[in-house]
Amino acid sequence: MIEVHNLSKRYGEKLAVDDVSFTVQPGIVTGFLGPNGAGKSTTMRMIAGLDRPTSGEVIVNGQDYRASKAPMAELGVLLEAKAVHTGRSARNHLLALAYTNGVSADRVDDVIDMVGLHDVAAKRAGGFSLGMGQRLGVASALLGRPRTVVLDEPANGLDPEGVMWMREMLKDLAAQGHTVFVSSHLMSEMAQTATRLVVIGRGRLIADTTVAGFVALAGGHTVIVRTSEPARLSALLAGPDITLTPEGSDALIVDGLTTHQIGTAAGAAGIPLFELANQHTSLEEAFMEMTHDAVEYHATADVAVAS
Amino acid sequence: MTTATAPAAIPVAPLARESGLRVTQVRVLRSEWVKFRSLRSTLWTMGLSVVLMIGLGAMFSAISVNSAEGMDPGNTAISTSLTGTFFAQLAVGVLGALLITGEYTTGMIRASLAVVPKRLPVLWAKLAVLAAVVFATMLVASLVAFELGQAILSSKDLGTSLSDPVAVRSVFGAALYLSAAAVTAAGIGALLRNTAASITTYVAIFFLIPTLVATIIPRSWAAHFAQYLPSNAGTGLIDGTYGLENPLSPWAGFAAMCAFAAAVVAAAAWRLHHTDA
Repeated sequence: MIEVHNLSKRYGEKLAVDDVSFTVQPGIVTGFLGPNGAGKSTTMRMIAGLDRPTSGEVIVNGQDYRASKAPMAELGVLLEAKAVHTGRSARNHLLALAYTNGVSADRVDDVIDMVGLHDVAAKRAGGFSLGMGQRLGVASALLGRPRTVVLDEPANGLDPEGVMWMREMLKDLAAQGHTVFVSSHLMSEMAQTATRLVVIGRGRLIADTTVAGFVALAGGHTVIVRTSEPARLSALLAGPDITLTPEGSDALIVDGLTTHQIGTAAGAAGIPLFELANQHTSLEEAFMEMTHDAVEYHATADVAVAS
Repeated sequence: MTTATAPAAIPVAPLARESGLRVTQVRVLRSEWVKFRSLRSTLWTMGLSVVLMIGLGAMFSAISVNSAEGMDPGNTAISTSLTGTFFAQLAVGVLGALLITGEYTTGMIRASLAVVPKRLPVLWAKLAVLAAVVFATMLVASLVAFELGQAILSSKDLGTSLSDPVAVRSVFGAALYLSAAAVTAAGIGALLRNTAASITTYVAIFFLIPTLVATIIPRSWAAHFAQYLPSNAGTGLIDGTYGLENPLSPWAGFAAMCAFAAAVVAAAAWRLHHTDA
């Protein structure tokens, strides 16, 4: 479990992370979304103890990670920027990391096989493709079978097969009870992998919710109806919990009624309809909607859907 | 607001755990030894320092044998055969600096510190491995350089042997001097985190400033502090005074050199512990 409390990080003039709080639960994959420069990597570096928070704190599995006696059993990290000496072979790189915590050479070889680097384990990591580098990074994160795994853009540079492998691996880890926190700018990827989402923009928390809840938060399911008599239709449909938004001269966006209900009501009143369709906000659109002006949504975190 | 499907937040299976995991200084030492021996640059700079130590010792011994005036002033049979120390300190300095800046330039340092979040054990282990390897290797190289140099000098009866206590101190002294120089360079590397800046600073401290002090600054001033510069202080162990007016005694000089290294390492440790990786 990762608990982030009022976390802020300032680099000179720039407030990269601004008073962010959220909790990442074990047993599920939690996605960490935000546009480039939103503060995702900085937050993850603070979770891993690499950057010191300007204020606030991060608790990993109930303690300050830096005080941990067996760090590799607590937290495994894959950071966005490459963190491998280019002149060293993949196996020696992993051995060097493993030995610090007493992870065995056998475990190193198992992990190499698990991520599919068996054939290149003796080669210098400097010659690795982006995808192979990501697999090496995942291998280093999993060496100590950590309770919590933090991966920054793990799908970056992977081919479609690799993306599939990564997705299954993350779900497996979560199913085994690990805490899995994974950042991405690929909303569609998150929709297929994550159960919960933490969304940040310009360093501030925008939402901490489920994937479905996030879509609902940013607009959810609405219906567009086009008619020659928008005023009459508005009067007919108006009611509590129903939002009617005029769209152009002849259309309404209806929130709170189904196409079936609208069509039946219009038919009964003899109002001609030219178009009646569901509008599904995709995760992608929801994300754009929520982050295009992050500042406008400061307070949204408070209405995050409870689980 | 719609309440979406609640996630199953309860672990469904017990976690498989690795047993006996714990960070210890000995384990971090073992890790740093793997890192040290698995890079070409370390093997290359170690090899170069051995070649310089032995090759230049032999060369300067041969020059002394063939020169009509004999030994240069301030030099002895012992210090002449160990002249390579002066050049090998460049190779071990590059080794020491690269050992640390190589991790910063490649980003490896983030992986290293993420698995040892207390951080300082990584620095201590690096310095220990560096000092031990440089000392062991350069002790052998120094002994070979001494014997080879004396063999060359003996052709004109200029040589001496290890029965001279000063010779024993000098052979060990060369290895101690180079270890301290390498640790200083590593400390500079950890402080500056940049290869070019670190090597330039090291070269300035060990080559440039001593030369400037000896040539540009009036002797009456230089005589007060030239002997405290780390390279001048440390080389007293190797039976050479290199034109110093008030040289420190050999072990006092080496202590001064170690104090300088310790100050640089302390500053590096402070930066490692207190600033972002």
